[in-house]
Amino acid sequence: MDYTRTARWMSVFAVVLLGIGIGAGAYTLVYARGASYLLDDPQACVNCHVMREQFDGWEKSSHHAVATCNDCHVAHGPVSKWLTKAENGFHHSVAFTFQNFHEPIQIRESSSLLLQSNCVRCHADITDAITWNHPKTRDRCVRCHDSVGHGPSR
Amino acid sequence: MSGFFSSTAGRRLVLYGLVVLVLALGTAGVLLLLENISQRKYEARQVFFRVVELNEDTEDPAVWGKNFPNQYDTYLRTVDTVRTKYGGSEAFQKLDAFPVWRELFRGYAFGIDYREDRGHAYMLSDQRQTERVTKKPQPGACVQCHASVIPAYRKVGVSQGGVPDDDAHRADAIMAGFELVNAMPYSEATQLVKHPVTCLDCHNPATMQLRVTRPGFLVGIQRLAESGVSLPHLPSIERWRRGDRSKPYDANTLASHQEMRAFVCGQCHVEYYFKPPNTQLTYPWHNGLRVEQIEAYYDSVGWKDWTHATSGAPVLKAQHPEFETWSQGIHARAGVTCADCHMPYVRVGAVKISDHQVRSPLLGINRACQGCHRAPETELLARAITIQDRTSALMTRAENATLALVLAIRAAQERGASDEQLTKPRDMHRKAQWRLDFVAAENSMGFHADQETARILAEAIDYARQGETEVARIGSGRAPR
Repeated sequence: MDYTRTARWMSVFAVVLLGIGIGAGAYTLVYARGASYLLDDPQACVNCHVMREQFDGWEKSSHHAVATCNDCHVAHGPVSKWLTKAENGFHHSVAFTFQNFHEPIQIRESSSLLLQSNCVRCHADITDAITWNHPKTRDRCVRCHDSVGHGPSR
Repeated sequence: MSGFFSSTAGRRLVLYGLVVLVLALGTAGVLLLLENISQRKYEARQVFFRVVELNEDTEDPAVWGKNFPNQYDTYLRTVDTVRTKYGGSEAFQKLDAFPVWRELFRGYAFGIDYREDRGHAYMLSDQRQTERVTKKPQPGACVQCHASVIPAYRKVGVSQGGVPDDDAHRADAIMAGFELVNAMPYSEATQLVKHPVTCLDCHNPATMQLRVTRPGFLVGIQRLAESGVSLPHLPSIERWRRGDRSKPYDANTLASHQEMRAFVCGQCHVEYYFKPPNTQLTYPWHNGLRVEQIEAYYDSVGWKDWTHATSGAPVLKAQHPEFETWSQGIHARAGVTCADCHMPYVRVGAVKISDHQVRSPLLGINRACQGCHRAPETELLARAITIQDRTSALMTRAENATLALVLAIRAAQERGASDEQLTKPRDMHRKAQWRLDFVAAENSMGFHADQETARILAEAIDYARQGETEVARIGSGRAPR
């Protein structure tokens, strides 16, 4: 039996389906404001409303005028920035889609270390004298300065 | 079949088939995600959808639940029965679990039946069944806090109080009905009501704004505002005091939203008594909210709940002074109210609602505590239990001390001591038992104000032992002090 004809139809079907898939994917990306995640506008972080409290707190915090979400929560190397965004974007999407995250939201250890390195990135001049050579065991800046990013906690 | 897989076209067909399958699954996945995102966006936009009209006569929470299904779902869960280390909602008989209380309540309705209180859903049915009500006549005043009673007050105020039935006289009708129902027998009053606490009790049906409706609280908080004691945790009262006071303090118009999140609970979770001659429900806040300030009020009006059957002392029964105790604690001072911990925010899809399954914060430490306290749940639980363990140990000592005084007075009576000789010991019994019960009847085992609770129990122990000393002086030739 010759399947060539069927195979040809299948290939056409696959191409059509691919088109539908790309179309649906593109629409979903636009609908979910996917492009906004490539930029630095903090508004992107409240696209899905989960971070509303953190956003509101940041608007009232001392760092509001000098730092956005990405300044503190994203790495700043040319590649690492995108790796952070991709990794966190994936975690956030899974968590919000399946609604299976801890309340209230807690920062992951790796993100906490990244946050610490960003504190130091800007404040190196005044923190140089502070011994902080073992990041995993030492208290981090926000242990005491806990209101600088998201305002006072009630 | 082997011809199929060996032919180039056959293998290609399988390959294409697999590609189509993967693409189809991928597209389906993308569409599912799209639907999910769309649903979350919809949830975030549409906080509430009005299906039914609500007004001041809509008593049934199921009707409100049509407009607010998420809140209603959690409200229904107050039927749940869960125990924490020191609290919970199983209706076990406390008199059997803690026999000392059978003696301490001797001669009073609580000595007959003292079951652990259950969730909001049971407040009316449990009240109708308790032997305190079935074996002892109780007044209609009890329904203020065991039922959704405001529409009933209004109807009685109109039908029996002669208040005009219009919006302008609504508050007057409720107040008149309140006074009339207070004086009724419980068996009559309970027929006027159908539901336990409902939405209407705390929410304005037109705006959903928080409000206090219970007349007992509205009057009580006015007396408190007029008292002059320092109330740093209630800034709207302090502000009213600085004004011209031309109108009495009105919680519904002057209190902040955050204060209202305590007041709505303080409508009922308070100390109260039935003022004679016609059993008017009264909150004894005329001198302040602290245990000795309330006691001073009771002393000034000569109030006793009953005469203790063993000691003959004119004793007081503390109700459930949660609002008063919270007022003395660190959380009140920091502006944290009942709802913050007992009705914490819960996320339902993309929106957050306040959890209407009112219960112990220890059953949801993450939502109740971690919004403010950045420490692990196990650590926060350990801190709470430490406070409760210490309070419990101190309370046991206070129970034993008070019981010892009761037995000492009984022995003195048997030896023939006169009422005059026993006046001082009985007064000490009144003071000790009032303080002990103020803590025992309160629902937090000290957590609402740990240092204040320890102070109260220390006083209870001291008064009980002072009383024993006074008993020992009788007949010893030494004059009573």
